[in-house]
Amino acid sequence: MKMIPVSTRINGDEREFLCAPDETLLDVLRDRLGLTGSKEGCGTGDCGACSVMLNGRLVCSCLVLAAEAEGAEVDTIEGMAEGQVLHPMQRVFIEKAALQCGICTPGILVAAKALLEKNPDPSETEIRYWLAGNLCRCTGYDKIIRAVQEAAAEIRRLQP
Amino acid sequence: MKYVRPESYEAASALLGEETGIARILSGGTDVLVQMRSEVVEPSLIVDLKHLDGMREIVAEDGGFRIGAAVSGAQLAEHEALCAAWPGVVEAAGLIGSSQIQSRASLAGNLCNGSPAADSVPAMVAADAVARVFGAEGFRDVPVAEIPVGPGKTNLKKGEFLISIYLPVRPERAGDAYLRFIPRTEMDIAVCSAGINLVTGEEGTCTEVRVALGAVAPTVILVEEAASALIGSKLDDGALKGLAAAVEAACRPIGDKRGTVEFRIKTAGVLARRAAEIAYQRAGAKQ
Repeated sequence: MKMIPVSTRINGDEREFLCAPDETLLDVLRDRLGLTGSKEGCGTGDCGACSVMLNGRLVCSCLVLAAEAEGAEVDTIEGMAEGQVLHPMQRVFIEKAALQCGICTPGILVAAKALLEKNPDPSETEIRYWLAGNLCRCTGYDKIIRAVQEAAAEIRRLQP
Repeated sequence: MKYVRPESYEAASALLGEETGIARILSGGTDVLVQMRSEVVEPSLIVDLKHLDGMREIVAEDGGFRIGAAVSGAQLAEHEALCAAWPGVVEAAGLIGSSQIQSRASLAGNLCNGSPAADSVPAMVAADAVARVFGAEGFRDVPVAEIPVGPGKTNLKKGEFLISIYLPVRPERAGDAYLRFIPRTEMDIAVCSAGINLVTGEEGTCTEVRVALGAVAPTVILVEEAASALIGSKLDDGALKGLAAAVEAACRPIGDKRGTVEFRIKTAGVLARRAAEIAYQRAGAKQ
């Protein structure tokens, strides 16, 4: 199978890779680039564990062909913290125990951050609908929703 | 499998026309990649078109809107003028999948996937939307209602693909709405659905009505008898009962684990009534 060369920018860094035509962005992130923060849950766009930002939009990386990332900006969970300093959303998730097994957590963090960029003060209902494509089988969601609300409030306080 | 990003519509059409194996067009990929993953389809050629001119743009044209075939649901919802003119179409598209899916899924993809339960299609059929199809002989305009011919099947010929969907200009006092039934609140496929588009006169009498139903036949259907039940009325109870009866008479659904035949028929009538009331209010709100 002919490999396709792809130039892209991931978490702000220029990255180049070769991929098969039917390889997904998720497979390339995990298996070729060593970015294993994005998880494969279902592989069919139902669970959101593979959520990343593609050109500023929240997507399931399992439903993106890696070849489509040519010239694109990709942001993954690995780019969320600034060095050793966690993003407020990450820190509040730990403080509020908004995770148990942790498989859904990277996708939920990426999705929740994307929501706050669109809507800095979402209602509980808005958070629940926005995160409807991120499945969590441990927490029952309440702690996740409360963590997103608290992180949102903290980020609003930090920004004038 | 080959992945190709052609330089022009002509090159894309030629590629698709020459392919001897199974070819699929990639726009948002939210159906195609799922089908590949589950081995429903094993394409030998994937043609990515979304970088071509106009594919990702919403452009005002003759008072209406030309929506590129790869415009996402999220883009539709962010377009204020489109939301004001065609709230039913935008809401219907917005019901498809999650936030993640909304970043990629398109009206054209929803149409060409050919599902009778496709959420945006009844709303587009009610809106009398027109698909622009590109092929070896250039482009042709086809009413959206004529594109699907059965579950998973369209009347597009080899080498043809959608480049845009046109939503026409809105007269004064017009409104549209779309409702579906699902057994949960999000992330599900319509058990049945109804899209209504209507125009009223100055007195609030319905002058033009289109009623389209989803998931109650092999394709989305336009029900003229149901529209007739509302024309000339001010949506009084008698007219709404006539609408529901005409809708029920037009349904010929399958029964499956998501809904029995009887449930789908009854619910389609109820949804049509409720959607008609919302569309009517919207038409009034524009006075």
